[in-house]
Amino acid sequence: MVYFVTQTLNGLFSAALLFLIASGLTLAFGVMRIVNIAHGSFYMLGVYVAYTVATRTSSLLAGTLVAVIIVGAVGFLMQRLFLRRFASQPLAQMMMTMGFALVFRDAALMIWGGDPFTLTTPGWLAGSMEIGAIVFPWYRLFVIAVAALVGVGLWIINERTLIGARVRATVDDPEIAAATGINVARLSGGVFAVGAALAAFGGVMGGPILGGYAGMDFELLPLAFVVVIIGGMGSLKGALIGAIVVGMIDNFGKALVPELSYFTLFAPMVLVLALKPTGLYGRA
Amino acid sequence: MNTIRAFIAALVLACAATVIVAQTDARPPIKIGFMVPLSGGNAQNGRDILNGFLMYLDEIGYRAGGRTIDLIVEDDEAIPAVGLTKARKLIERDEVHVMAGALLSSTGYALAPYITSMKIPMVYPVVSADDLTQRRRSDWIVRTGWSGSQPNHAFGEYAYRTLGIRSVVTIALDYAFGWESVGGFERTFVAEGGRIRQKLWVPLSVHDFAPYLAQIPRDVDAVYALLLGRTALQFMRQYQEFGLKGRVKLIGGGTTTDEHVLPFMGDEALGTVTALHYSAALDTPANKAFAETYRTRYKKVPSYYSESMYTGGKWLVAAINAIGGRVEDRQALVEALRQVKPEGLPRGPVELDDYGNPIENVYIRRVERVNGQLQNTVIDTFPSVSQFWKYPPAEYLREPLYAR
Amino acid sequence: MAERSVGRQWRLPLVVLFAAFLLVSPPFLSAYWVGLLTQVVILGILAMSLDLLIGYTGLPSLGHAGFFGVAAYGVGILSTTYHAGFWTSVAGGLAIGTGLAALFGLIVSHVRDVYFLMITMALGMVLWGLSFRWIPVTGGDNGISGIPRLETLVGLPAAGPIPFYYVALFVFALCMGLMTLLVKSPFGLTLQGIREHEPRMRSLGFNTWLHGYLSYVCAGAFASVAGIMWAYYNGFVSPTYLDLTASSELFLMVTLGGPATLVGPVIGAGAIVILKNVMSAYTARWLLILGIVYIVTILWAPQGLWNLGQRRRA
Repeated sequence: MVYFVTQTLNGLFSAALLFLIASGLTLAFGVMRIVNIAHGSFYMLGVYVAYTVATRTSSLLAGTLVAVIIVGAVGFLMQRLFLRRFASQPLAQMMMTMGFALVFRDAALMIWGGDPFTLTTPGWLAGSMEIGAIVFPWYRLFVIAVAALVGVGLWIINERTLIGARVRATVDDPEIAAATGINVARLSGGVFAVGAALAAFGGVMGGPILGGYAGMDFELLPLAFVVVIIGGMGSLKGALIGAIVVGMIDNFGKALVPELSYFTLFAPMVLVLALKPTGLYGRA
Repeated sequence: MNTIRAFIAALVLACAATVIVAQTDARPPIKIGFMVPLSGGNAQNGRDILNGFLMYLDEIGYRAGGRTIDLIVEDDEAIPAVGLTKARKLIERDEVHVMAGALLSSTGYALAPYITSMKIPMVYPVVSADDLTQRRRSDWIVRTGWSGSQPNHAFGEYAYRTLGIRSVVTIALDYAFGWESVGGFERTFVAEGGRIRQKLWVPLSVHDFAPYLAQIPRDVDAVYALLLGRTALQFMRQYQEFGLKGRVKLIGGGTTTDEHVLPFMGDEALGTVTALHYSAALDTPANKAFAETYRTRYKKVPSYYSESMYTGGKWLVAAINAIGGRVEDRQALVEALRQVKPEGLPRGPVELDDYGNPIENVYIRRVERVNGQLQNTVIDTFPSVSQFWKYPPAEYLREPLYAR
Repeated sequence: MAERSVGRQWRLPLVVLFAAFLLVSPPFLSAYWVGLLTQVVILGILAMSLDLLIGYTGLPSLGHAGFFGVAAYGVGILSTTYHAGFWTSVAGGLAIGTGLAALFGLIVSHVRDVYFLMITMALGMVLWGLSFRWIPVTGGDNGISGIPRLETLVGLPAAGPIPFYYVALFVFALCMGLMTLLVKSPFGLTLQGIREHEPRMRSLGFNTWLHGYLSYVCAGAFASVAGIMWAYYNGFVSPTYLDLTASSELFLMVTLGGPATLVGPVIGAGAIVILKNVMSAYTARWLLILGIVYIVTILWAPQGLWNLGQRRRA
């Protein structure tokens, strides 16, 4: 029982991080039909920038804000200056992001060196919740709550505002959206920037536990892709469900069948793709 | 006439002397080929190894055996096939006299047949795969580092006898280095009467240890952790997060708290006891001088990687000096590499056994905070530990290699 | 397709020049450069095989190194653990690589575009996990070394880098010929039709699933040939042969060189092998440079180097 509760809570924690990363990926895909290989780089840059700022100002909040703004701006510029030229060529766009992933990876190594680090957990979140034999860190609960808030925020924007309506229209059909007067190019830039900022935010949220290290950019990327695939590309709801499915399977799978730790994640994805190629909530 | 004759004689002598001097100086430089990962996820470890080497070469002014040293550095990307390509480049195009380097065991194994076939002496300062100096050894490869199980044999005995630990759960990276470390620890610890309650193997891509930490029973005497780099950092943090620190004693392989990651840890690492053939806090004049210079030069505490190629370089140069710089005689060079006993190494006295692996001290270290910095304080020393521990080599080699 | 003829006249002389270079230069080059050229032709086969998918069928695979690696493991395991003969090892490697493609094809060939990309990436990672974890068979992280030299096995009078190179070049020419025939055949033209407009091809009565499937299996078979050569070239096999880095580097070769040209991917393979090995001697920042080269290439020649000077395909 204790074990079950702990693992479930931790599955939710994994899901929270994955949701922050995957929601940007799925939105960018929905609006621009772009597979962003550099999305993991945004996640990495987020925690690196936050680390630099936080060690100088000793404020994690300042670090978080600066990281989100800078990485969002990087994403915006990347879309505006490079990706937009290839608006209707998904392969060229993907290749472009691959090139950027290489550049970001090596630039980070050049600027920050290859030593690993972790962010300092804010004092008021240190320690663990203890109920009977159940021990669970406060910080992880905090991340779950924050991700839930972000999720609610995104849902409100998407379902209840004009911008959200435009995004949804563009996800459904970019050409018709453009015909009805939506500035798809500007919308794409915005969505891409928000996606980058969300990934950076995910990196910072994971920072006190997972930290930053060389190679982290390509490590969570496959997981985020699995989430997006299972949930269906372009669907926020899908990203949420996908993140929970992947988070749970990853945690219970690693604990129950460690022999298969490299496979447990991909099996559900292959299954979903074989049965419903567009994912649970995706549109063809 | 006499003066002229004397003058001519003097001139001839002077010319001859010049020729002789010129000849010693005209000997072409000794080319050393060196390769470590300098890009990608293992770049920092590679950089540490290289830095130790560069520091030593600077100390001796890039000269050995009366010749200049020409160092050629290549990036092996931590990919075995790339390592092999770079070795071919260094040996066949740059025509190096001797090779050094490699970080990963997989690269070490991939290079071995090629190095052997080319008959080029090579120094492995870090690669710790047991079998490279046991069941699959090469005449041309000299290991100046360590074998994975070597410090752990000593540590298994120490954990039982001195730390009084009776039952252990191990958590280790799931590849050869992890198996050999845990295998070595288990062998001596169980021989003493200890019990391994459970072995947890984590994939190299692990970042969240929660699923594993939740499986550790609280009534066990100690957790033995074998991790490195960022996995060690993440593990320490999460071990504390889940309330295990202070309840279950943490011990482990040396890399778990090595200085390549220790400075980035916090109080959560305090008290962890590990075993390795080096500690930056080792209190000897040789190590103090080394650590001090290294710290001034690179603004970092030396890690065991940094020390590895400082010692490796010293070893190599001692061998070159021993044969008077005649590195073209590769057979002589590789024999010299096996026989020299360089003095004043940071890690203490070292000599090679008949299988090409160092016999060296194993230090039991405890993480402490001294002057605000975390360090691996040496609390005990096992002098002159062989890769075979106390077992006779022939008997040891009849048993299979440690596996999961 | 009319605009594709723009700038086409310099292609043939270039191909002849490249071919002549590959054929006559090795005796004048150092062993190291012969080694690099050998890598270029072997990886060239692999890049061309991926081009069948990306360029001709429009299926972007991010797990193609899997077949390459599995075939290499086939050779490694058969020739060391089971001491099988040369032809048995080769046949075994080819059979396991192609067989796996035939199996995976059943799963992947009904999805397209991004979904194809993702599922091939996932399968590639599963194969990597298998090579890493199935230790009794694959040797895990340390891989398998001690694969015998190929020159003696095929009965060549001489051993060494140059004889091996010519064997590789012969296999390369053979594969390139076969693949050229394939893409020019009615089957190949149908594939390109599917790439351009799949629903139209379907309504014309083509079984597009079957075509996609067969193209996947062919690509897997040629990748296996490259994997077999690679195993003999290096003399060992390790999990890095089939990891995500290998698959993405392969993807770079095809897209950098120019998809749907067969020659382009070979040039891409050559460019990356040479660039990487030459640059890394001067700077540890070669990855950064490679990324920039890649971005600049896409900006100036979105269809790859070999299509430089041609207008974009819509």
